[in-house]
Amino acid sequence: MPERIDFWGIPFTWGSPAIYVYFLMALGSVILLVRFFQRARLWWQVGRREVRWDRIHIRLWRVLKHAILQVKVLRQKYPGIMHIGLAWGFFTFFLGTALATIDAHFLKILQGNVYLVYKFVLDTFTLLFLIGAGMAAYRRFIQRPRRLTLEPGFTWSLVLITLVVLGGWFTESLRLAVEKPAWGLWSPLGWLLAQAWIATGAADTTLMNWHLGIWSFHLLLVTLTISTLPVGTLLHILTGPLNVFFSKLDRPAGQLAPIPQTAKGEPIYASTLRDLTWKQLLDGDACTECGRCQDACPAFASGKPLSPKQVILGVRAALRQDGLGLLNKDAKAPFLAGEKITDDVLWSCTTCGACVCECPILIEHVDAIVDMRRYLVIEGRMDTELQGALENLGRYGNSFGQSERMRARWTQPIQPPIKDARREPVEYLWFVGDYASYSPTLTDVTVKTAEVFRKAGLDFGILYDAERNAGNDVRRVGEEGLFEMLVEKNSMVLSKCTYQAIVTTDPHTYNTLKNEYPVSGNERRPVLHYAELLDQLIASGKLKFSKKLGYKVTYHDPCYLGRYNGVYEAPRRVIEATGCELIELPRHKDGSFCCGAGGGRIWMAEGEIQERPSESRIREAVKLGKVTTFVVACPKDVTMFRDAVKTTGNEQFVEVKDLIELVHAAL
Amino acid sequence: MNQDIYVVIEHLRGQVAEISFVMLAGARELAKGLGGNVVAVLLGHNAQGLAGNPSAGSGKYLSADKVLYIDHPALADFTSDAYQKALAGLVGKDQPRAVLFGSTSIGTDLASTLSIKLGLPMVSSCRSFSADGKFISQICGGKIMAEGDLPGPTALVTMVPGGYKAEQGQSAQAPGITQVEIPALESLRVTLAGYIEPEAGDVDIAKEPVLVSVGRGIQNQDNISLAEDLAKALGGVVSGSRPVIDQGWLATSRLVGKSGKHVKPKIYLALGISGAPEHAEAITDSNTIIAINTDPAAPIFNIAKYGAEIDLFDLVEVLTAQVKAAKGS
Amino acid sequence: MNIVILVKLVPDLVEELTVDTSGIALDTAWLRLIINEFDDHAIEQGILLKERGGGQVTVVAADIEGVDDVLFTAAAKGADRLIKVKADFTGVNNHALARAFTTVIKELQPDLVLTGVQANNDLDGSLGPLLAGCLEMPYVGYLSGVSLAEGKTKVRKEYPGGLIAEMDVTLPAVLGIQAAEQPPRYVAVSKVRQVMKTSTIEERTVSGLDMTGGPTLARMFQTEAGQRATMITGSPDEVAAKLVGIFKELGVL
Repeated sequence: MPERIDFWGIPFTWGSPAIYVYFLMALGSVILLVRFFQRARLWWQVGRREVRWDRIHIRLWRVLKHAILQVKVLRQKYPGIMHIGLAWGFFTFFLGTALATIDAHFLKILQGNVYLVYKFVLDTFTLLFLIGAGMAAYRRFIQRPRRLTLEPGFTWSLVLITLVVLGGWFTESLRLAVEKPAWGLWSPLGWLLAQAWIATGAADTTLMNWHLGIWSFHLLLVTLTISTLPVGTLLHILTGPLNVFFSKLDRPAGQLAPIPQTAKGEPIYASTLRDLTWKQLLDGDACTECGRCQDACPAFASGKPLSPKQVILGVRAALRQDGLGLLNKDAKAPFLAGEKITDDVLWSCTTCGACVCECPILIEHVDAIVDMRRYLVIEGRMDTELQGALENLGRYGNSFGQSERMRARWTQPIQPPIKDARREPVEYLWFVGDYASYSPTLTDVTVKTAEVFRKAGLDFGILYDAERNAGNDVRRVGEEGLFEMLVEKNSMVLSKCTYQAIVTTDPHTYNTLKNEYPVSGNERRPVLHYAELLDQLIASGKLKFSKKLGYKVTYHDPCYLGRYNGVYEAPRRVIEATGCELIELPRHKDGSFCCGAGGGRIWMAEGEIQERPSESRIREAVKLGKVTTFVVACPKDVTMFRDAVKTTGNEQFVEVKDLIELVHAAL
Repeated sequence: MNQDIYVVIEHLRGQVAEISFVMLAGARELAKGLGGNVVAVLLGHNAQGLAGNPSAGSGKYLSADKVLYIDHPALADFTSDAYQKALAGLVGKDQPRAVLFGSTSIGTDLASTLSIKLGLPMVSSCRSFSADGKFISQICGGKIMAEGDLPGPTALVTMVPGGYKAEQGQSAQAPGITQVEIPALESLRVTLAGYIEPEAGDVDIAKEPVLVSVGRGIQNQDNISLAEDLAKALGGVVSGSRPVIDQGWLATSRLVGKSGKHVKPKIYLALGISGAPEHAEAITDSNTIIAINTDPAAPIFNIAKYGAEIDLFDLVEVLTAQVKAAKGS
Repeated sequence: MNIVILVKLVPDLVEELTVDTSGIALDTAWLRLIINEFDDHAIEQGILLKERGGGQVTVVAADIEGVDDVLFTAAAKGADRLIKVKADFTGVNNHALARAFTTVIKELQPDLVLTGVQANNDLDGSLGPLLAGCLEMPYVGYLSGVSLAEGKTKVRKEYPGGLIAEMDVTLPAVLGIQAAEQPPRYVAVSKVRQVMKTSTIEERTVSGLDMTGGPTLARMFQTEAGQRATMITGSPDEVAAKLVGIFKELGVL
């Protein structure tokens, strides 16, 4: 009967091998735990407190999804399969070793068919692992993608684990070569190699000596791997799942945390390591340096100094350099924003969230950047243009520096006049937004939106002069006080109105109204993006089209509509309803590539860039070949992409249209 | 006590400033109605020549009935304390109907303090006078005008350019000079340490035939390249208003305005400039001003020959392309 | 170094300005009052001097609507004392303001008094030189640089064409600031709100304002368009085409 034999082929002459094995494993584990604790304690002893222990069932589910099933790693095929091979290989070997230990001391389960399946599974994963390792070697030495950190430490880890697995394969195959059991083919890989050993013609004793040698070497390598795990690049085996477990649960993606306060009620600005939460310090240590965030970052792609990966590694570097010293409560902590993480780096971020979306272990880059921006704002460290925009927002409630009284000037030619939601009840309160109201190039689109709402028989109204910038990007810039002031003003006006739902054309406005504005009373009235509203109207038959446009279009998912709020299908259904054919951009839905205006970037000096994100996007669209119309669902996108079409000289190839323009044309 | 109009002549390093002629023109208008003389008041040291022929060889003299000249070493270069003390004595003694000062770095250092010191009423930002002796002043960025009777017994008035042309204050005949003695100027609290020349820019915008000028509407430094492309295509250079220079987006040598350069190009294309008085006064002598601004109420449209209420960002690149095409053909 | 800064609130030119029914004053219905931008520069210059050489900065303003915010913002930038002067300020002119502030300033015994070189609603001279007259201190205006030395100050005075004159002024003196040595710094709203909780604005009352010295207006009116520019309309292409035509006419193309 096939069964597992403890320590096959290992002589007991120097005592039971178990002693050595358990001694070394215990030693390795102790070293692992001690070293890990030394790293980990810096997180909670230097960083701020934060509660992340709640709703353990959801957290465990996330660990299963991201640390075990690794769904995010699989977003990219090659490295995904490569890493699944390596990681699942290791999970399997770990489980296999655990089962073997149970089998050895507690319950003899590894016998009969169970044992055969056990062997087969282990062998299959050995093969998958080796394929993964091969893919990894090819990637690291031949392909050399820019996003990876190509340093010796990673090579050592790869070599180490491959040797460990090879050791396992070799010892198994040597046993099979000597024993030649009938069930040998249940370990197909081992059996194959065993044939090679047999072919050498070596005597059984020789083979057994090799077996002993390789087994001992394997044991030592495993001990080495375990003891060095906390200081090498394999630390992510522990910190990755930990990071996933402690990922943020308390708020939706589109909601930033308020400024934390000390016990005395004083605000805490992220200027040093001590001001970051323990989880943010864990973020730094957990980073596997995969660089997917960097590849997705529009700022990095345009040549700005920001790399989300380097920001997180900057936190890690600071922790490694200063962490120990900071255990002394009186020690002065050096500033974060300055050396590695410069002001320019922090201001380059558009807060598009692509980095967060890509990160396989759920690091929260945007939150850290906004936290550090809050410090810069308090210190007044920003370029003069952003300063001007913020001063205008504070004084006039819009970044254009125009009087509040000009906000509704676009409505003048509209007859009959649009309802004033401040004075009469409406079903839909249309929160128009700054760009749609003040920008002369966008007036046309705004007027068309009103016409479409009218045609659909909507009962809607606007706030006229009382509307202020909703504050989404003010908050992302780090001016929390100004954000609060805008929220107060808008909320006061809204509280006096009677409406059933809010609708807006601007995804930024949408995001903050939906996720960040306080709910008064027990009612939570829905906030809709106009794409969602149009989708509903089309579905219910209230909006009918008289023609099929037949354009070949592509659609750009706005960051704050798609990634942050999951609205992907509604605009697509609307496009389809207008009779247009949608051809997807390579980077679409949650992989959409930001236009570059968010996070207050549209208010700042552009600085040195190689290629604007918007230009890259237009080129991506033109490359699709047959597309004539680039459809957007955000007023800032209209501005950014129309400019980009001009600056890339693509006026003949593609035209930028807002979704409402399609709808308007098809009515 | 008389009905004369005194004009404090402004001069800097041997040159009479244009505002002096504008004031003389205004004084002439006032003097007509009041029946008094126009008296130019010149303070300096060995500066009689300025009264005689202020722009050497040009044949243009101060258009005044007479010049009162006060000579003192302490008055060689303008300093507020010395000039104030000298004028206080003169005005206090002569008690003219009005004393005109420039609304400038020189004039405003003097007028208000003298108003308190001598207990005399004052009016500032005056643009012109009417035949019946009223002043007309301009405030609030040029948007509001204020009119009233010239206060008495002696009105101290600061004047801004725009109401009269410099030529109106010039004459072909030299006025007579009378030297006036003043008591010693002692314990002066303001002394000149020296002058700092402006940085020699790569271009002298005052000599360029075409200026493409940008104001706050250009929004940021990167966009200035749009103006540069257009300027190059038109054979001119880029200049800017005060906010643009203050931000450091253009060198100070490119500043058009009260503290910068006065320009008279063939074409002054104003992009996103509102046309506040400090800027307007520096461009009124241009041959053709073309204003591009989305604000229909921008004061620049009142001095421009042509205007378009269009977003400069929609226009500039299209215009540059068309200009290049026109040149090519 | 004891520095006092005077601040005036003036009409915001972003809004449309109209004349009220009296015919000689601005209509206050839609009028927004904001800090005179030159006074903002004066505050910045004062704070810079304090940061460089130590001392105390006091900011003084007339108690009218909106002044609290302006004073607290100055405190958030680094001003040490805030004083608002209470009186009936209807129809006030700069002569009256200067006299009202003089008593307050004399009590403070400053080494240096800073204020903006002018304000957009000045009709009877500017506050700075009027104050200098009342306080019998020397005055130099149109400054873009101020540095302090023992008993005196070195200033940079702006002349047209970018020419600068460096002058020495004995203290105490009143200076009119055109531009601070760096643009006025940004102060976060939360910082101002925090300062509102911890700082107080001292009050001084002045009775009876003396307006003598200012002009009496017969009328005030919006600047007439006069010869308004010939407006070119149409799409960007059309406007550009017409402009090219004008360029050709003028011989530039």
